[in-house]
Amino acid sequence: MSYSDFLVIHGPRLLGGTWITVQQTVLAAVLAVLIALLFGLLKISPLRPVRALASVYIEVFRGTSLLVQLYWIFFVLPLFGITIDKFTAGFVAVGLNLGAYGAEVVRGAIQSVPRGQWEAALALNLSPARRMWRIILPQALVNMLPAWGNLMIEVLKGTALVAMISVADLMFEARQINGSTYLSAQVFGTALVIYYLLGRLGVTPLMRWLEKTVARRMGRV
Amino acid sequence: MEWKWDFTLQILPRLIEATGATLMAAAFGYLIAMVLGLGLALAQRTPYGALTRVVREGVEFIRSTPLILQIFFVFYVAPQFGVTLSPWVAGMLAIGLHYAAYLSEVYRGGLESVDRGQWEAATSLNLGTAHAYRRIILPQALPNAIPGMGNYLVGILKDTPMLSVIGVGELMHTANAIGAETYRFLEPFTLVGLIFLTISLPLAELVRRAETRLRRKLGLVK
Repeated sequence: MSYSDFLVIHGPRLLGGTWITVQQTVLAAVLAVLIALLFGLLKISPLRPVRALASVYIEVFRGTSLLVQLYWIFFVLPLFGITIDKFTAGFVAVGLNLGAYGAEVVRGAIQSVPRGQWEAALALNLSPARRMWRIILPQALVNMLPAWGNLMIEVLKGTALVAMISVADLMFEARQINGSTYLSAQVFGTALVIYYLLGRLGVTPLMRWLEKTVARRMGRV
Repeated sequence: MEWKWDFTLQILPRLIEATGATLMAAAFGYLIAMVLGLGLALAQRTPYGALTRVVREGVEFIRSTPLILQIFFVFYVAPQFGVTLSPWVAGMLAIGLHYAAYLSEVYRGGLESVDRGQWEAATSLNLGTAHAYRRIILPQALPNAIPGMGNYLVGILKDTPMLSVIGVGELMHTANAIGAETYRFLEPFTLVGLIFLTISLPLAELVRRAETRLRRKLGLVK
């Protein structure tokens, strides 16, 4: 079978899987950003127990494997009466995991905003919430976006694991096609190229554009 | 569902045994990554522009595609070319190659930190390129690279569960097997998580301390 025949027959299925991968990536990315903001802020709270809670979350999710977390969420949580369908369990696991990595990025970026900015906000009598939202976070955002570019690629790669709980993403479809045709090089090779293109033409340019836009709006260019 | 302690104690020895396999997989994978990574880093420094570009693009490709797919690729595609790899060999190759791509970036940084003058001195002493690398450049570049390498050691350890998908009998694979035999997933999966925490948290801390000390010793930070 020539490669073009292969694409004609199996291409639509791979594209369908790609669409699920894109959905999983977007949803996991949004969740990761929210989790990262939440726990990044908790990590610098003046209250020790709050900081401890954030540390526990971050260390647990960074200290174990994404695959272990995914299985735990999908197979163990239902035993406690919390049943999540596989599609949701998939992006939630990826989001919670990468969110823990992101929390450290957020914390680092916030702490890298010069002290003078904090003092100036204090001198202007801004409330702590307003100071964080209007003064500190926008500047931290510029600092953290390059690191988020890498994390988003990790999110994309991480979503491949949801195939292990039978979410019909690109990885899953590739495995299915391989199982029925044994055209391993064609199918896995094509899937690798699709993942690469999603990163190279999707995630990376988007993050670069975001970096530039934010930097311009912050007057850093 | 309740946590059963007697069941926990019953499966613990099996999981601890599998932890040995996990550690071995991480160690072997890292060893392969260290050697291959150096090759990839050096290949980008030859005078042949085409080779540099191809290797660069290859490293980018490996870094931005999922490891789990690469594991499947190596395991299933090798037999198409007449080479049948055992799950262990395929897994070590895939994970080794994946991390080689990451480590090559660290080596590149180390190599670039060696002063140009060192090359000029080597040339003026009439040393060949290979000789200069071996005796002059690498001994200075590698120590500079070491501080960046530790995180990937922790990373490779945490990625070993993916090897379970092609049947490497490490922790995750064993936990899955126990679950399939006994229909109890709570204890095995939770224990796997806990075992990973007890290894990776101290390891990460150790790496952090070693890196700080090394950076100071090398004069990279004051």
